[in-house]
Amino acid sequence: MNDFLRYDQPDPRGHFGQFGGIYVAETLMPALDELRIEYEKAINDADFMAEFRYELKHYVGRPSPIYHAKRWSEEIGGAQIYLKREDLNHTGAHKVNNTIGQALLARRMGKKRVIAETGAGQHGVASATVAARYGLECVVYMGAEDVARQSPNVFRMKLLGAQVVAVSSGSKTLKDAMNEAMRDWVTNVDSTYYIIGTCAGPHPYPMLVRDFQCVIGEECKTQMIDLIGRQPDAVVACVGGGSNAIGIFHPYIDVPGVRLIGVEAGGDGLETGRHAAPLTANAKPGVLHGNRTYLMQDPDGQIIETHSISAGLDYPGVGPEHSYLKDIERAEYVAATDAEALAAFHDLCRYEGIIPALESSHALAHASKLAATLPSDQIILVNLSGRGDKDIPTIARMEGIQL
Amino acid sequence: MSRIQKVFSQLASQQRQALIPFITAGDPRPGLTVALMHALVAGGADILELGVPFSDPMADGPVIQRASERALAHKVSLRQVLAMVAEFRQRDADTPVVLMGYANPVEAMGYEAFAVAAKAAGVDGVLTVDLPPEEAEECSGVLRAHGLDQIFLLAPTTPESRLKAAARLASGYVYYVSLKGVTGSANLDIDSVASKLAMLKQHLSLPIGVGFGIRDADSARRVAQVADAVVIGSRLVQEVEAGEEGLAERLTAFLASVRAAMDTARA
Repeated sequence: MNDFLRYDQPDPRGHFGQFGGIYVAETLMPALDELRIEYEKAINDADFMAEFRYELKHYVGRPSPIYHAKRWSEEIGGAQIYLKREDLNHTGAHKVNNTIGQALLARRMGKKRVIAETGAGQHGVASATVAARYGLECVVYMGAEDVARQSPNVFRMKLLGAQVVAVSSGSKTLKDAMNEAMRDWVTNVDSTYYIIGTCAGPHPYPMLVRDFQCVIGEECKTQMIDLIGRQPDAVVACVGGGSNAIGIFHPYIDVPGVRLIGVEAGGDGLETGRHAAPLTANAKPGVLHGNRTYLMQDPDGQIIETHSISAGLDYPGVGPEHSYLKDIERAEYVAATDAEALAAFHDLCRYEGIIPALESSHALAHASKLAATLPSDQIILVNLSGRGDKDIPTIARMEGIQL
Repeated sequence: MSRIQKVFSQLASQQRQALIPFITAGDPRPGLTVALMHALVAGGADILELGVPFSDPMADGPVIQRASERALAHKVSLRQVLAMVAEFRQRDADTPVVLMGYANPVEAMGYEAFAVAAKAAGVDGVLTVDLPPEEAEECSGVLRAHGLDQIFLLAPTTPESRLKAAARLASGYVYYVSLKGVTGSANLDIDSVASKLAMLKQHLSLPIGVGFGIRDADSARRVAQVADAVVIGSRLVQEVEAGEEGLAERLTAFLASVRAAMDTARA
């Protein structure tokens, strides 16, 4: 049995067990060294951390509340579901916690230009937002398919002054946007800071994105005590790259008795092969985007095109720390299909008056399944990582409604 | 002495520099690759770099990205690439072949299985773009045990402090990326290449090839004045992209013009 009380990852070179690391072309290695050194200085600098906390409180609106979804829990008839309301953050998702941290780092490092990749557009919006806030030039790479299915967010980014570049290579989704952002970074490495949006990529990104997102779980630990006098029995979060999940899981790793459950995008169903669930489908480890992790690939090592109703989960890999948490059996990973996520989306709208993001709806879908199997004194805490306004055109299209 | 060492020592004794063309295996279709490899040798190639197609070529510009996509449309796998090298070897026992690509296809095959198969096929060296020295220890040991050279990239951003690790693991030659950017970029600055190479040579005894941004006979000649080898990729892949008609002849003729210019480099 692993000793989770002494969990201390990654190692100094960014390895979470066999996962993580720094797999990039030579040109970027020195920039990653510089980032690692600057990050270590920053988090030990009281002024930097005070500014980060100030921004989270006054600009983002933290702490985000925890809300007891009582009507929905009653309807399900099992465990009580509580929601960590990251959807109430400024910009409507958890992504902004990380982009503030990284924009402050960029400013500290003297970079005037930031780039970002985005899937659903939430990280792109959060990056464009902080770029405007701190006066940085911002370019966001987004798969051409995602540009089409997330048009409200594309317009938001433009309003915020960012340039949005539609990427038409490969599968035209998140992984291709990340490839293109890497190409930009290698070309403009002196002037440019790359704000990676999830807990993946080369070290130190998986670590620093996690650290900036951990505010979610840290708040929960206090809020749950205030609300019900104890910690939840299970914490449930959706996992694409997995930044909202690692942010709520990580502070609970050393808390005994709290199940951590990551919910991947099951797409049309794991049996169809059309999904984005590398952990649940037992994909092999591989190397992509700077780190080793479980990766959806064919037997020749080519990356497989993924499928999900949710652009933010439509990614063939997963943050390396999730791969590690799976291996050491501290977290469990399951999948919810498009249809299950859509049903949970509607449930939350109707029973609680909250329109959740399609990404978060995957976590809700699994939470409702799990709740139904548990007694009513059990507590499930779901990270409601984003709001669903951006998904309204997608939902309307799927249901044949003309807006 | 390895085939790569032999090439560099012969050229050095003639005061000449190596010409290293790159094409992507399986582009425009698998049946053509071996013939194109021979055509490159006929044009004066000293070493061949053969690209292993990958679905996510992060370090490549649009030209080589498209080459990968064309090859992958034919489902060209790493094993097939090795079969192409084996076929090439039936008629050419001397020209070294270096595989250039990304880590994951090699990871998927497994280092040991890959090294055994590559050696058997007649591969001489391996360049894995996204496997820097820090992560290459294990792979390096396996390749060395099978007599394969591991070629590493060095870049304009590489500080002196990082050269030690590369020098310890590298063999065959090192590949200096002439600019900050992806393959096929067009802002080659010979003066900065020359000054960086002078620094590299203080730490490395291996020959140094220079690539990225070399597009014609003139830029090849100027690079040959400061480097031990000239790598040309995107420009040749553009030739492949222009169509199959007369392709082998066009590749031979283009390389021959580059070769001729390089041979005047230090005259």
